Amino acid sequence: MLILTCPYCGVQAEETELHPGGEAHLKRVGPDGSDEDFEAYLFARKNPKGVHFERWRHAYGCGKWFLAARCTASLQVFGTYKAQNPYPPAEIVDAIRAHRPDWQPDWTVQHAQAESPAE
Amino acid sequence: MAEILAQVARIEGLAMITIRADLTRAGDALAEATGLPIPGPTGITTDGVRSLGWMSPDELLLILPQADKAQAMQSLDQALTGEHALVADMSDARAVFDVTGPRADDVIAKLAPVDLPRLAPGTLRRSRAAQTAAAFWRIPGGLRVIGFRSTADYLGLILSEAARPGTGLAPR
Ligand SMILES: [Zn+2]
Repeated sequence: MLILTCPYCGVQAEETELHPGGEAHLKRVGPDGSDEDFEAYLFARKNPKGVHFERWRHAYGCGKWFLAARCTASLQVFGTYKAQNPYPPAEIVDAIRAHRPDWQPDWTVQHAQAESPAE
Repeated sequence: MAEILAQVARIEGLAMITIRADLTRAGDALAEATGLPIPGPTGITTDGVRSLGWMSPDELLLILPQADKAQAMQSLDQALTGEHALVADMSDARAVFDVTGPRADDVIAKLAPVDLPRLAPGTLRRSRAAQTAAAFWRIPGGLRVIGFRSTADYLGLILSEAARPGTGLAPR
């Protein structure tokens, strides 16, 4: 059974109170993008065995979308965070590294600092 | 013959007003208009007649007698003048049940994925009761459950079924 803590209301929600929303941090490809990029935005999804970032909605609760970091192999949950974060925040990265020392983020720090998370 | 776990009673005559607003900006005005303190996340405040529940970071639910509804709608509209906000009468969309008795917690615990012993008074828990959305909080003698009127028959039935005699949890 999967239990995720909603970062908006603090409720420890069990999986049946949540609605899954697939991969987190997708960036929309607009009219200027190539056909290949747009196709990838629509259809290409990461499918890692290990650390994964996902969207979840607290459907039977406050109704907000939030993001979760967890392991697809062990189902270990590293943490949840608000959907306003363009990238996983530092405490999530630290929580993952505490259990998966070899894991590397696949986004760049400059990006992460440039787009500081809003409330 | 064992006793039923709890009495399940449909409650009529309550009005519900949904308030959507930026609670940090409009909190003081809303507290004055409702006459109740603004509840913190997952909280519910009450003066015994009216209750104000926290539904989400930008949503409150005011529960009050039907007779006071029109006046409250007006006060809320006034309090939120100039705000990007919504005041909506949701009374007809909802059904209310009171589950009262010494084993009322067992009834809810069978239907909702919620740790009832950790549900403190003054907490409004939005969740589900079996297959339908519901929210509940503690009242003197038990719990009050609200759900959609469209699924009220189902909600009433599963609550009564869960209260059947001899079906208590953790008998030891
Ligand atoms: Zn929530």
